[in-house]
Parts: sequence; structure tokens; C-alpha cells
Amino acid sequence: MKYISEFRSPEIVDALLKEIKRTVHSDWNIMEVCGGQTHSLVKNGLLNMLPSNVQMIHGPGCPVCVTPVSLIDKAVHLAMEHDVILCSFGDMIRVPGSGMSLLEAKAKGGDVRILYSPLEAVKIAKDNPDKEVVFFAVGFETTAPANALSVVHAHREGIKNYSILTSHVLVPPAMEAIMSDDDCRVDGFLAAGHVCAIMGISEYYPLVEKYKIPIVVTGFEPVDLLEGILMVVKQLESRQYRLENQYTRVVETEGNKNAIDTIDKIFEVTSREWRGIGNIPFSGYAVKENYSHYDANRKFNIDITEAHEDPTCLSGDVMKGKIKPHQCPNFGNRCTPVKPLGAPMVSSEGACAAYYHYNMTGATVDR
Amino acid sequence: MCLAIPGKIQSIESMYGGAVKIAKVSFGGIIKEASLEMVPSANVGDYVLVHVGVAISKVNEEEANKVFGYLKEAGELDELYDPAL
Repeated sequence: MKYISEFRSPEIVDALLKEIKRTVHSDWNIMEVCGGQTHSLVKNGLLNMLPSNVQMIHGPGCPVCVTPVSLIDKAVHLAMEHDVILCSFGDMIRVPGSGMSLLEAKAKGGDVRILYSPLEAVKIAKDNPDKEVVFFAVGFETTAPANALSVVHAHREGIKNYSILTSHVLVPPAMEAIMSDDDCRVDGFLAAGHVCAIMGISEYYPLVEKYKIPIVVTGFEPVDLLEGILMVVKQLESRQYRLENQYTRVVETEGNKNAIDTIDKIFEVTSREWRGIGNIPFSGYAVKENYSHYDANRKFNIDITEAHEDPTCLSGDVMKGKIKPHQCPNFGNRCTPVKPLGAPMVSSEGACAAYYHYNMTGATVDR
Repeated sequence: MCLAIPGKIQSIESMYGGAVKIAKVSFGGIIKEASLEMVPSANVGDYVLVHVGVAISKVNEEEANKVFGYLKEAGELDELYDPAL
């Protein structure tokens, strides 16, 4: 496929690996922020091909992983107690809540539907005017325009029985939270390419300046990731720190204005609780007052007793880059994709799931 | 979650007096619908990056082709790139 196969070219991968090996002299820790990048690094075997003095640290960029348990409990509650059609991306469906996951709710008779796009949920609402339809709107900035657009479509068509349960999170505040941690050992970042396709790159200049770290906006294919790593390593080795854009075929400096306008129409910035990390100020989106009729949080009276999760789960340390998934004592024994303790073991972008599926253990990782 | 795939626009249908444009997009032969509301300037034949049913960016061909610079340096640019694919 054009624009995919050439970015998986073994010849270019080889050329980039040689260049990285030529360039690197010191030990560096580079964090890839996005879970999609983590999976690409692991799935394509890149972690094992990089020189051992370039260590990749896996960041918190998996929205499913950071969605609070209390919100999953709300979604389950809506499906079981409010007789709604609860629509969700497939990623969310097996993540454990306090009591059960959405998949278990579906097995117990809840009308839980897995969709590819929130726009499909609007069609379901149109076709089922006597039922309330709720879309579980999780995601980073990349997904915010689509979720906002579903509200725009519902509003335009006068559809009243549609709402979204929002758990939108933002990347730059999470990077700030990671860098401000005293134990942080990140020397440079690969910023998430598709987030920047929406928002542009200017949000990252303050982080570069404040923490004096290289940030390179990077794509998702093997060639993209290695080129991004090479750009970070070149800066680190020459003791420079700049914001650079590797993913120029997709990311424009100013982002996508139409998408930003659509987000601004429906959402406002709010503080958010991140599962495993805690509360981060101004780190998410909530539905604006003008569109409160489309906000499931306001529309339904959801009374949830306190949410709880397994206290032995170390997913917060994994997402902050303090440990690698296989270093968690629960990895692969008490915690597996079939019976996960935390979300990163079950989400398709979770670092724990990537390490488990591609057999990344102490023997293969700690070189 | 942030997965987005490049595909080629096959056809475009306008709705609501042109306010909404829905495209049929081919991903290596698999056709799916995508909203073009975020990239209204996209035309038939353009490659767009699609995320959860919404095109979020047009692929910049000139920038994409810069990747072949690595092969030129290595003198290995032969049959790898077939623009018809």
C-alpha cells in the first residue's frame, strides 16, 4: 500500500539503524509517548535492533489505559441500569472496571455495541428513536474531532436521544507531569504524530525550553520511528534541544484548523483523573454547557459507589516510564490479557499487552 | 487508539448542501466511508489519513517522497518504489 510499504522498507530500516549506531556514543532514554508507537516498536522488533545504549521508555499515550475505573463503572452502569445502547471502541470493551468490564456487561444482557466510528453511533440513535444511545468517547486529541463531530451531526439532524460519555485526555499536560516528576529519567521525546496532525506542534515549544529536552514529532511506521529516534539522538549527542518534525507528510506546523474549530465548538479544557497516574490539571476535554444535552454525565443520574482497583497493579509506574512491563512482579502470572489486573495488559495499545504478545521478557529486553 | 491509515479517495458524496462530504476511501482495495469535514479541500485521487471514520489530514506527497533520500545515499533505490501501488 502506498505510504505504508515504503515506510516499512527493510533497506531503509537498515540504513537508519546503521546511522543511529554511528551517531550514538552515550546512554540515552527516549520516551515514545503514544501507545501506537510502542506497539510498532515491539511488533516490528525494533527494540531488539537498536543499540543497547538507546533505551526506549514507553509513555502514557494509551487513552484506554488512563481512563479512570469510575468512568468504566459509569459506562457499565448505563448499559445495565439505564437500558441504553452503550457504544464503544473495541479497545475499551475488555478493560476491567470495579465490578465488571463492558464485555461482561454485554454477556449479562446489556446492549453494548462495538463500533469503528462515533458517527455510526449517531446513525444507531437515528434508527432507534425510542432508545437512548451513549457513545463512550475516549481518546487523545486525535480522536476528539470525530467525537465532537458526532455531536455536531446529532445536533444538525435534531437527534435528541444521543449523548457521549467523555473521557478525553491531552498529551502535553501528561508530558509535563512526567518531566516534573523528580524520578524522571527521560532524555528526549518522540511526540505522537497523529495528535500533532490535529493540534499542530506549537504546544511543545514550552516543554522543550522548560526542560531543555529534544522533542521530535514522529510517525508510526518502522522508518518513521527510527528516523525520529535518529533525530533525537543527533540532538542529544550534540547537546542540543529543539522541536523537530519527522512526520512532515502528515503533520503541518499549525495542525488542522477545521478539526481544532470542531473541538472548540463542542469541548472545553478541564482537569482529568488519569488511571494509574492521578489528577493532572487542564489535561482533558469535557462537553461545553451549550451542548449539555449531549453529555451523558449530565443527562443521566449515575450514582456510583467508590471505584476500586487492584492495589498491586503497577501500571502507573509502567506508564510513567519508571519500570518496563516485564519488571512488574504480576506480569504474565497474576496479570495476563485474559485476566488483566490493569488496563495496559488488555488494551491493544497498552505497553504490557505489547510485551506479553510479542514475548518481551527479561531475556530479550535487558541487553 | 490513535491509529490512522492512509487511503485513496475513490468518490465523494455531498450532503446538506455541501456541508458534509462523505468519501469512499480505498485502503489497499478495502473500501470504507470517511467524513471529509476536517479536510474539505481533499479531492478524488488524493490520499487522506483516516482515523475512526474521519479523514484528519491529506498526505503530502512531496514530503513523503523524502524518505527515498536514505536509499539514494546508500545507492539502493531500484525497484522498491512503484507509484502505481
